[in-house]
Amino acid sequence: MPDAARTAVLRDAIGLGVAVGLYGVAFGAAAAAAGLDAWQALVMSLLMFTGASQFALVGVLGAGGSALAAAGSALLLGTRNTVYGVRLLPLLRPRGLGRVGTAHWVIDETTAMAVAAPDRRLARVAFLATGASVYLLWNATTVVGALGSAALGDTAQAALDAVVPAAFLALLWPRLRTPFPEAAVQRRVALGGAVVALALTPFVPAGVQVIAAVVAVALAGRPRPRAGVAA
Amino acid sequence: MSSGTMWTLVLGASLGCYLLKLAGLSVPARWVEQPYVARTVDFVPAALLAALVAVQAVASEQELTVDGRLAGLAVAALALALRAPFIVVLVLAGATGALVHVLA
Repeated sequence: MPDAARTAVLRDAIGLGVAVGLYGVAFGAAAAAAGLDAWQALVMSLLMFTGASQFALVGVLGAGGSALAAAGSALLLGTRNTVYGVRLLPLLRPRGLGRVGTAHWVIDETTAMAVAAPDRRLARVAFLATGASVYLLWNATTVVGALGSAALGDTAQAALDAVVPAAFLALLWPRLRTPFPEAAVQRRVALGGAVVALALTPFVPAGVQVIAAVVAVALAGRPRPRAGVAA
Repeated sequence: MSSGTMWTLVLGASLGCYLLKLAGLSVPARWVEQPYVARTVDFVPAALLAALVAVQAVASEQELTVDGRLAGLAVAALALALRAPFIVVLVLAGATGALVHVLA
């Protein structure tokens, strides 16, 4: 395998880990604001290890939602990792116990890097390097965010309250812009999800409106022949 | 929420999310690649993340309120449209929220 290609993969993996690490600080702070202690925030990053689901869980709790609503939204967002696994299987071909370990690192970033690699060997390098880099930094920065926010006063708490919706918007944003597949349809579904959630807020227990917003997926319409796939 | 409930939630949801990952490496690909299943999974994040943006920005329990969070979100959207890096987006949103809190 050409050394230059391998070096490029490793460099991108580290870069991605640093970028994701910034989200880790935001997650740790959001978890603390939602009432999780630093251990609970860290265990989530260690064991759940899928950012959008983790944010959703603490977001629903922070909005006053029940444990069931929080778990439901985390699991709904976790379904995309199932699709990633299907895509990664022919590239990584994990066997036996390797499959159990590989599964833990099946997330947005590792999938994007492995699928983009030019061949199977580099796909494996990309998956492992990205997984290691993101795992390490995500967990380390979760602790920083969780402990850091404990020292916040009233005004800083108001700042943190404003950071959480902004963090969700930053997670959502790339899905709404080209070159993301069917970005216009994604925008329609996103708008629908927001409208459904706000319309239901006065009438349902907190958190339930977030799960109910999945009905907006119907706005995507029927499957298209050879529809684009999200990575 | 009690500490025991919180731990049950953290561990249970983590296990569920792990099993969803493992399922992708274990079930026959054609189950997941059904056109309707694939289409739903492709669009669930947009619907849910947008719902979370909206709820986090204006909901307080079951009421809709306008405060520094919405101002922060507007500034964040502007920053994202101008291709600002993630950390800049968060700092601007946080500063806006704090400013509104101090002025209000």
